[in-house]
Amino acid sequence: MMKRRQFVQGLGAAGSLGAIALTSGCASTPGSNGPKVVVVGGGYGGATTAKYVRMWSDYGIDVTLVEPGSAFISCPLSNLVVGGSKTMADITTPYDNLVKRHGVRWVQDMAVRIDPDKRVVVLAKGGELPYDRLILSPGVDFMWETLPGMTAVGAKDKVLHAWKAGSQTQALRKQLEAMPDGGVYALAIPLAPYRCPPGPYERACQVASYFSQAKPKSKVLILDANDDVTSKGPLFKKAWKDRYEGIIEYRPKHKLVDVDVATNTLKFEFNDDLKANVLNVLPEMRAGDIAVKTGLATANKRWCEVDFLTFESIAVKNVHVLGDSIQIAPAMPKSGHMANQHGKTCAAAVVALLTGRQPNNMPVYNNACYSFVSPDDVVHVTSVHRYDADKKTMLPVAGAGGVSSAANELEGRYAFAWARNIWADTLA
Amino acid sequence: MKWNQLMAVGALAAITGSSFAQAMDPLQLRSLAASCANCHGTAGIAEPGNESLAGVKKDELLKKMMDFKTGKKPATIMHQLAKGYTDEQLVALAGYFSALKK
Repeated sequence: MMKRRQFVQGLGAAGSLGAIALTSGCASTPGSNGPKVVVVGGGYGGATTAKYVRMWSDYGIDVTLVEPGSAFISCPLSNLVVGGSKTMADITTPYDNLVKRHGVRWVQDMAVRIDPDKRVVVLAKGGELPYDRLILSPGVDFMWETLPGMTAVGAKDKVLHAWKAGSQTQALRKQLEAMPDGGVYALAIPLAPYRCPPGPYERACQVASYFSQAKPKSKVLILDANDDVTSKGPLFKKAWKDRYEGIIEYRPKHKLVDVDVATNTLKFEFNDDLKANVLNVLPEMRAGDIAVKTGLATANKRWCEVDFLTFESIAVKNVHVLGDSIQIAPAMPKSGHMANQHGKTCAAAVVALLTGRQPNNMPVYNNACYSFVSPDDVVHVTSVHRYDADKKTMLPVAGAGGVSSAANELEGRYAFAWARNIWADTLA
Repeated sequence: MKWNQLMAVGALAAITGSSFAQAMDPLQLRSLAASCANCHGTAGIAEPGNESLAGVKKDELLKKMMDFKTGKKPATIMHQLAKGYTDEQLVALAGYFSALKK
C-alpha cells in the first residue's frame, strides 16, 4: 500500500495537495492531512464510492462514511427473505472491511443538514464534518403526503413498504406467516420511476411461492399504478401463468390515493376500494430527505440532476449525488448494480478533481439485474450505458443488453454469484 | 486449422494491431475495467460462482469476449453485455486484466 507521502510526491507540483488547499479554500481542519471527502449513505452507491476514492487516491484522500445502520443490508435478494427461502443474515454484510482494509472512517450517525457555503455536514448526534467534496448517496424516501391515511399514528408500523431492506423486511415476513390460509396479500406499486423497477413483480412471485407451499387458498393481488408491468413484463406474466395461476392476480392502472389503515383498505383514483389481510404499500418515491433539504432535487422537486461525468449536482458546487436519488438518464434503472457503477464513476472523477486532473470524458458501464420468479429460478435484464458528449447524458448502447429467454435455474446460481461479487466489490 | 478459425485469429490480430495506434488513457481504462468488477472482482479476482479475469492470457480473454460479442459463444448475459463495448475497448480490457496478478 502506498503511503501518503509517496502519494503526494506522485502527484507532482501542479497537482500537489498544498495547491488544492489553496485553490479550494480548504474546508479541512488545520493540521489535517490532504483533502477530505465525506460520503453520506452506506448503500451500494455510497459504500462503493468510499472504497474506490480511498483505493484510487492510493489512500491519500481522507474518506468519512456517514451511515447510521450497524451493517449493510442488501435490497437485492431481500424479496427472498419476504418469501422465506433466505434469512436476514444471508443479505447482511458488515462494514468492517471498509474500515480495516481501506481506512474509511465510518461515523455511525445520520447527516441532518448540509451547509454548502461552510462546506460542512451536520450530524444528528452533534458535531460537524468538514469536506472538500461531499458525496450523497441517500437512496429514496417516500412521498407520504400522497397517502394521507399513512400519516396517522402507528400507520407506518401496520402497513409496511419493506422497500428499504431491514426491519420492515423481517416484519413483512412475519405478517405473511401470521396471515390465515385463504387470506389476501395486496401489493400496491407506484407510478415509475421508483427504486428497482422489477422488484415488486419479483416480490409477488416470492409471496406466491410461499403461499403455494404453505397457504394454497391464499391470493396475491398486484395493484399497479402503471399501465403495464414496468420491467421484464412477458417473463413475469409467463411465470404468473405457469407457476402461480389462481394465486397471483395482476391489475394495472390502479393508482393508490389513500389507505384506510383501521380497516386495511386501499383507496384508488378510479377503482373500487379494496380490503385485504396484508397490505404492502410502495408509496411514490423521491430522492433521500437530505438531498431534497439541501436543494438538490431540481427535477420536479423529486430527483437530483447531475453532471454524468462527475455526478456533481447541477445546483450546488462540490456536492455529488448518485444512486437512486438522481434524475436518471434514458433507460437507466434505479438499481443497486447501477449505484455501484455510479459510485466508481464518481470516485474516479472526485480523485481527478482533487488532484488537478480532468475527469474521464467517456464513462461506459453496465447494468445486470436478476429477478427470482421462485426460490431458485431467475430472469434477468441487462444494458450497457455510454456517455453521449452531445446530449451530455448516458445513453443505452443500441444492440447491447437484453433479457432471459425464459426463467431458469442456471441464472439462479449466477444471481447468487452476482450478489456475492457485488457485495465484495462494494464492501470488501 | 480450419478456415473460420484462421479468419477469427486474423480478425483478432487486426484488432490487436489497431489498438497500438490509439492506446487508451490508463485511468480511463481503469474506470472501464471497474465496470466489470461488480461481477468479476475489484482486482479481477472473483468470488465463487463467477470467473476471475486477473492474469488470464490476453489472447484467451479477447477471443472469449469477441466470441460473446459475435454470438459464437453462448452465454446467459455476457453475449448481451459484450455488444455494448467496442472492439478497441475489449482489446484494452483484455490487456488490462491479463496484466493483473492472479
